[in-house]
Amino acid sequence: MGIWARYRLRLARKRWRFRAFRKRRELVSLANRTRAIRPESILVFSTLRNERIRLPFFLKYYRDLGVNHFLIVDNDSDDGSREYLSEQPDVSLWTSRHSYKRARFGADWLNWLQMRHGHDHWCLVVDPDEFFVYPFCDTRPIRALTDWLDASNIKSFPAMLLDMYPKGPLDAQPYREGQDPFEIAQYFDSGNYIFQRNARFGNLWVQGGPRARTFFAEAPEKAPALNKIPLVRWSRDYAYVSSTHMLLPRGLNQVFDEWGGEKASGILLHAKFLDTFAAKAEEEMRRGQHYAASAEYKAYKAGLEAQPDLWCKWSEKYINWRQLEILGLMSKGNWA
Amino acid sequence: MTVGFIMLCHTALDRAAQVARHWAERNCPVVIHVDRRVAARSFAKLQADLQDLDNIRFSGRHACEWGTWGIVSASQEAATLMLRDFPGVRHVYLASGSCLPLRPVQDMVAYLDERPKTDFIESVTTEDVGWTVGGLDFERFTLRFPFSWRKQRSLFDAYVWLQRKVGFRRQVPNGIAPHLGSQWWCLTRQTLSAILEHPERATIDRYFQKVWIPDESYFQTLVRQVSVSVESRSLTLSKFDFQGKPHIFYDDHLQLLRRSDCFVARKIWPQANKIYAAFMSDDRTRQASSEPNPGKIDRLFAKAVERRTKGRPGLYMQSRMPNENWENGRTAGPYSVFCGFADVFENFEIWLSKASGTRVHGHLFAPDRVHYAGGEHVYNGALSDSAALRDYSPKSFLSGLIWNTRGERQCFQFGPNDDQTLNWFISGDGNAQISVISGAWAVPLFHSNRNFSEIRREAARMQKVEQDYLNILRSTYVKARVRIWSLADFVENPMEPLQTIIDEIGPRQGRRLTEAPRMADLSGFGQFLQNLRNQGMQPILMGDFPVGDDPAPKTSRRGRPYLVK
Repeated sequence: MGIWARYRLRLARKRWRFRAFRKRRELVSLANRTRAIRPESILVFSTLRNERIRLPFFLKYYRDLGVNHFLIVDNDSDDGSREYLSEQPDVSLWTSRHSYKRARFGADWLNWLQMRHGHDHWCLVVDPDEFFVYPFCDTRPIRALTDWLDASNIKSFPAMLLDMYPKGPLDAQPYREGQDPFEIAQYFDSGNYIFQRNARFGNLWVQGGPRARTFFAEAPEKAPALNKIPLVRWSRDYAYVSSTHMLLPRGLNQVFDEWGGEKASGILLHAKFLDTFAAKAEEEMRRGQHYAASAEYKAYKAGLEAQPDLWCKWSEKYINWRQLEILGLMSKGNWA
Repeated sequence: MTVGFIMLCHTALDRAAQVARHWAERNCPVVIHVDRRVAARSFAKLQADLQDLDNIRFSGRHACEWGTWGIVSASQEAATLMLRDFPGVRHVYLASGSCLPLRPVQDMVAYLDERPKTDFIESVTTEDVGWTVGGLDFERFTLRFPFSWRKQRSLFDAYVWLQRKVGFRRQVPNGIAPHLGSQWWCLTRQTLSAILEHPERATIDRYFQKVWIPDESYFQTLVRQVSVSVESRSLTLSKFDFQGKPHIFYDDHLQLLRRSDCFVARKIWPQANKIYAAFMSDDRTRQASSEPNPGKIDRLFAKAVERRTKGRPGLYMQSRMPNENWENGRTAGPYSVFCGFADVFENFEIWLSKASGTRVHGHLFAPDRVHYAGGEHVYNGALSDSAALRDYSPKSFLSGLIWNTRGERQCFQFGPNDDQTLNWFISGDGNAQISVISGAWAVPLFHSNRNFSEIRREAARMQKVEQDYLNILRSTYVKARVRIWSLADFVENPMEPLQTIIDEIGPRQGRRLTEAPRMADLSGFGQFLQNLRNQGMQPILMGDFPVGDDPAPKTSRRGRPYLVK
C-alpha cells in the first residue's frame, strides 16, 4: 500500500471522526451515569429502536460476562425501551429523533460516544440481538479476555456474526421477555461461509450462512457481511467505518493470521430470527432506514413468504463455544 | 532449616500480600521487592497489610523494566537482606508476585531438606537453548543494548543491526561461560552468598548491566562457577507462549494445577478466585508427595502454541486466512477428482461409492447446480447447491466442503464443462488425487443426438479446455497425485488403473476388485473420430482409435462383467 493510499485512509478516518463530532448534536442525554465509569471499566455501546422485549436478557447476558457499563443510543423508540433503560443503574442513555440512516446506521453516534467516553477502555459494540461468545466464556469473565489481550498487545478482537434460527416457521414459538433467545433459535449453519479479503481496509469480508443460502442464493454479492470486530481497546483516534465490520486505522482490521496460524476469535450469536422478525421487517421496510434502501429486508420478506423455514437437515444445534471452536467458526488461538 | 522466599511484585499487590502471608505464617521468611514504578499509596497499603508479620521484609525498590538490569539488582539486594536477617534459611526461592504455591510449604521444605546441597536453577549454554525469542542468544552477551525493547523497538533493532554491520563485539570477562535459563530459581545459602560475595562482583555486574535480559543469565551463569551441585530445572511451573510471554492460569485450570505436583506456579490471573481459595487453604487433602509432573500442562500449552503458529490444516476462517502456500495443507483431508470416468462407465458414481466406501458426488462444479451425492440440495455444513453461491468463491466452497466432511473421503467428477477456476488450486493441493481419462468427454457427444456441426464445435471447445487443464496438471507446481490416461489406453485395459486408484483411496485394503463397472458402448467410436477429422477438427486427446476396429473388451450388454474367473 502506497503512501498516497495510506494518506487517503488517514483523511477518511479524520472525516468519519469529524462527522461523528458534528452528529453529537443529534444526541439528547436522558440518563448520564458515565461518572460511574472507572479507568478499568469494560463498556458496551449499542444503538437500538423498539427492542423493549429483548432488553432484560440482553442486559443480563452482558452483566453476567462482567461488563461494567452500558452506553446506549435510543433511536426514537415508542415501546417503552427508553423508560426501561433510563431506570437501569449501569446504563447511560441518549436518544435521537434524527435519521438512523444519515447517522450511517448509528455508527456516527456511537463513534462520538466512544470518542467521548471510550478512550483507553475495552469497548464492545453490539446490537441488542447480538450475543458475544469468546473462548472460555463459560468459565472466564470478559475481563480475563481483555487482560490477556492487553498482555499480548492485541488491540482488536474479531467475532463473526452467526445467524441463529429455530426449526420450523419463525413465528411458531413466541419469544417471552427475559427468555434466552437461543432456547428458540437453537440452530445455525456450520460450514457454508465465504471468506474474501478487502484490500483497501485490510479486513476479511465474510458472507454466507442461512441468509445467503435461502435469500441470496442467486445474488451472493448482496448477501450481508458477517465479519465484525466488536471488541476494541479504544482510542479517541479510532473510527468504525461501516457498522462494526471494519475500523480505521486499518491495522486494527488485521485480526487474522496470514502465515497459517490461528489468532484468537469469538462469535456474535445473532438472535435476529425470532417471531419478532416479521414485525421488525415490516417496520423497517416502511421506514426505509436500513442499508441499501432496506433491500435486505425486502429480500427477507420475499424469501420468508416462499420458504418460511431456515432449518435444514444439516443445521447444527448450538451447544457451547467449544462446539463452535471444533467446527472452525472461532478459535482459541494461543489462549489456553 | 527452612526456605526463604523473595517476591518480585509490580501488580496485583493484594494477591502478592495474600501469598506472602501464606508463606510467612508457615514459618518461611519473605522478602518483598516492589517495583519503584508502583504508586506510593499502593506500596504503603501493602506494607500496612503485612505489618503484623515479623518475618517479612521489604527491600530497596528498583525500577524493573522487562529485559533490563533492574530485576537483577532487585534480586541481589533482596537476597542480601534475606541472608543477613534470617540465618535459619538454607534455600532461597525467587518468586514473583503472581506466583502461587501449589503444594503445602512443608512438602517443599521436606523436599529441599532431602537435597540440602542442590541448587535448582535452569542453566543451559547458549548453543543449546531453543527457546530464545527474537533470535538473540549469544549476541545477548556480545552486543550493547542501551535502548528499551518494549518502548524503543525501532532504535533497539537499528542499533543491533548497526553493531552487527560494524562487527562490534564486547569482551566477555574471563572465566565467564554464558548460560541462560528461567529467571525463577531456588539456590542454597552457600551458592547464593558465593555469588553475592564474589571477589570480582563489581566487574561482573558492570558487564551484565549491558547484557540483554540479564535476569535470564546473571545467576544462571555465575552458579556454574560456585555451585557444587546444579540441578538444571526450575521448581516454578512457568510456561511461555510463542512470543515469550508467560501463559496465565485461570480457574478452569484448577484440576490441572492440582495434578501437576509442582511446588510453585506462575502466572496466575489475579482474579482467579477459585484457584487462590483452593491453594491458600490449609485443609487440602494431602496428595502423595511425588516429583513434579507438569506433563499435562505442557501438552495443553504446547497445543495452544501449535494452534497459534500452525493452525488447523485446511481451515479458512475469520482469524485464519493463510497466504498462498502458507496454508499448511490447502484442504483438510484427502479427496479424489475423477475426469472422464463417468463418461466412460455407466453408473460410475454408484459403483465407485460401493467399491471404495467413500462419498461420491457428481459434477460439483457443473454450470447448472452443485451435484452432490444422492442429488441433495443442501449438503454437510448446510452448503447450498446454488451455482451462483459456489462460483462467487469456489475456493471457499471446496475447502469448506472438505473441512465439513473431515473423516470421510470425498470423490467428485470433473470435466471440461465445469467451472475451471480452481484448477491451479486443486492441482497444487497435496490432498488431491486427480485421475484423468483424457478425451472421454467425446463419448457422450458420440452418443448424443445432435447435429454434427454442433458436435464438432462442442468437441473443439472441450478439447481446448481439457488441453489447458492437462497443461496445468503436467506443470512443475503440481503437488496433487495425478494420473492421466488417454481414452484409447484406458479402454484397452480399464481394470488395472481402477484397481490402482481404489487401492490408493483404500479403506478396504488388500482386496481385489470383484465387479467392474460397465463400460459405455464404443462400437463405431473410431469412425466418429474420423468424421471429426474429416470435418477439419483434430481430436488428439483420445489417443489412437483405428477406424472400424472397435476396442478390445467388447462388453456384452447382458450379464455382469466379473473379474473373478
